[in-house]
Amino acid sequence: MTDYTTEFELLARAYEASGGNLKDLQNKQYGLMLVSGNKLLGKNEIPGLSIASTSLADGIQTKITVKKNTIINNPIHLCFGVIPEEGVQRIMADFIIEDGARATFLAHCSFPNAVKVLHIMEGNVTVGKNALMEYSETHYHGAKGGVEVLPKMRIEVNRGGRYISTFRLIKGAAGVVNLDYAAALSEHASTEMYAKIYGKRKDDIQVKESIYLNGAGSKGLAKSRIVLSEEARAEVLGEVIGQGAYSRGHIDCMEIVQGKKALASAVPKLQVVDETAKLTHEAAIGSVDKRQIETLMARGLSEQEAVDVIVMGLLR
Amino acid sequence: MIELVDVSLQKNNKLILNSIHLRIHPREIHSILGMNGTGKSTLAYVIMGLPDYQVDHGKILWDGKDIKKLNIAERAKLGLTLAWQEPARFEGLTVREYLGLSKKGKNNLPIEECLRRVGLEPKDYLNREVDATLSGGERKRIELASVLAMQPRLAILDEPDSGIDSLSIDYIKDVIRTLVAGGSSVMLITHQEEVAAIADRATALCAGQVLRSGSPEEVTRFFHNHCRPCPHVNQPDQEVLLND
Repeated sequence: MTDYTTEFELLARAYEASGGNLKDLQNKQYGLMLVSGNKLLGKNEIPGLSIASTSLADGIQTKITVKKNTIINNPIHLCFGVIPEEGVQRIMADFIIEDGARATFLAHCSFPNAVKVLHIMEGNVTVGKNALMEYSETHYHGAKGGVEVLPKMRIEVNRGGRYISTFRLIKGAAGVVNLDYAAALSEHASTEMYAKIYGKRKDDIQVKESIYLNGAGSKGLAKSRIVLSEEARAEVLGEVIGQGAYSRGHIDCMEIVQGKKALASAVPKLQVVDETAKLTHEAAIGSVDKRQIETLMARGLSEQEAVDVIVMGLLR
Repeated sequence: MIELVDVSLQKNNKLILNSIHLRIHPREIHSILGMNGTGKSTLAYVIMGLPDYQVDHGKILWDGKDIKKLNIAERAKLGLTLAWQEPARFEGLTVREYLGLSKKGKNNLPIEECLRRVGLEPKDYLNREVDATLSGGERKRIELASVLAMQPRLAILDEPDSGIDSLSIDYIKDVIRTLVAGGSSVMLITHQEEVAAIADRATALCAGQVLRSGSPEEVTRFFHNHCRPCPHVNQPDQEVLLND
């Protein structure tokens, strides 16, 4: 049998460096899946949670199910990572949250030494009737920026269900990010999708969030907060389509540009199909708000300290 | 402690402050009265050193030294601070963190106590964000609490009473008294004569000029009789200026 102890320790250390608590990984009350490259290093199933997985040549295929009416109070930890400088990791994941179930997933993606790493996440999510899924994905990249991250999620939220996701890439250089999330909502279903990314050096970031408000009374929010320094670039594409009667959608995009060579753009697309649907958007692109800086300086912070506080708040 | 000597500021070819002379003593509450657009907030920004409000002429003396060339943070480190009339909001920053940025000295009031002094229950507010989810009144109270946490030598409060329900005015007065008891001076910009009455001295402004400086009773009476009914704000009568 292969001994993955060293790899486990390296991934656990990277997880800790990204802000995770190692005790969570050892707590048997918590659901867990730990994947390094294409190797499943460990998993912990708890009542109502099943995790099935198959190793692929370049990653892993998994099916994670939360059984009907199961309420899992503790977060389920998913740790993905590539420890060497080069490598590919493809995660093919099906998340099924059955009717009336509730679960929170904390996905930690660590690539601390990346020089040339490709991380692909292809997720299909089904949130059952009146079920709730929260999915928070936090990335920890090394300083070299040699990571290409391609997260793609297709989400189906059934009647009265709720899906909340947060994609966070703040530590280290982002590298290339091409985030593509699309959620289709049935009657009275709702979604909130947050993306928080700090681009540095020559990072190239593309965020596409689409919400299809198919059902009557469905609601969706796509909120992105991007900060760009040095020569980083970002494009945010927010799309909401209101097909359901009295559906409500909102896109909220803020991009802070700190570097003279940094470049930000935002393209909102709102499409009303049903006349009772109401869709709105707001976008702010530019430097840090002058009044905010002046306020913090009036409390004794230097200009740079003030900017750091404001930026870290936005990305939190 | 702070003295403005012949301070003038012009913006877009318009004289906003016109040869202001003003002195605020240690532990003094000094009210600034004036109708809208008469230069009250500009005066606050000039003293705080906002980049868009650098004086064209005159001196700002702090303990006898001209601080005109110091930036906002440098002035704050000397002990000045400003609470804006419409305070900025900070997404992702909690009230606890925001007040913690202000609290520097060990002897300053704990941030929980600062919140209580403005009528906000700490357990309900410390973990909330200083963002758009706060009402205008809540945000202004938190701004006042942050000034209290800082316990500056000079607190410039720009209309702390605007947008606050009348029942809460007493909290503002109490905070001002607490600041003074802790050794601060307060420059209090207000429209409300009731609030201005707690001052030790008062100054009335019109067209960026000092019309009157003196006891709060005298200046408030002048403001009530001359400024409130005045149909030509920012065009003060020559006789009023001559009487100054």
